[in-house]
Amino acid sequence: MLELNAQTIGFFIFSALMVGGGLGVVTSRNLIHGALYLILSLFGGAGLFVLLSAPFLAAVQILVYIGAIAILIIFAVMLTRSMTRMGEVFNTQWWLSALVAIAVFALLVVGVIMPVFGGLDMSTVSAEVGTTMELGIALVDGNQFVLPFEVASLLLTAAMIGAIVIARDRD
Amino acid sequence: MVPLWMYLLVAAALFAIGTYGVLSRRNAVAILMSVELMLSAVNINLVAFWRYQSPLEMSGQAFAAFVFVVAAAEAAVGLAIIIAVYRSRRSVIVEDVNLLQG
Repeated sequence: MLELNAQTIGFFIFSALMVGGGLGVVTSRNLIHGALYLILSLFGGAGLFVLLSAPFLAAVQILVYIGAIAILIIFAVMLTRSMTRMGEVFNTQWWLSALVAIAVFALLVVGVIMPVFGGLDMSTVSAEVGTTMELGIALVDGNQFVLPFEVASLLLTAAMIGAIVIARDRD
Repeated sequence: MVPLWMYLLVAAALFAIGTYGVLSRRNAVAILMSVELMLSAVNINLVAFWRYQSPLEMSGQAFAAFVFVVAAAEAAVGLAIIIAVYRSRRSVIVEDVNLLQG
């Protein structure tokens, strides 16, 4: 049985933030509210990263997702005035979408969660964890991730130039 | 510590919510936000499996970091496309973008 300590309580709080924020994103009529719910959800994700002993990813989640992507989305909402004349929130196939979403969830539960259900708890998990320093070394190590790292930087450059070219005014 | 399947359950729920948002919302910005939710759920899965299965190798965290990069690139280009579409069609409702419809 699950013992009730600080980690467990934190897990439930952050999970509630994450799932509740996600529901808010999908259902909110006002897109600014949706973006704020997205920030809430991503903050919950950062908390889960801390609980999973990945502090660097938690910091990146706050800085990149909340600090950059969510703000970019808020800018886009304001630039396109998409709050005005919204009409219906969902399209006419929303019930079909709900069926597909439920099917995806059921598939994930059966295919991914059932095999590990109840299997691993803290007694079998090693207390030793790779640190942020090891992550940094792994990202630039010639035998590990240096090529994907360089490709990622190239992708970011290409995306930045592409975004500028696409969004620029013709005149 | 919380067992692995709880993290997976949270991630699966978030992924399903994101799927519903992508398929059912009419506003393109809302669709993009739902895609961000799905990517975030995938990241939770990657880090949870890393922590419980092989915490001494850094591959799980490294892959999550690459997902961050792809998410940032996707958001930038996606929002640029939305702004370009808005400029020509005066709308961000995806049903109004039907130039290629037969």
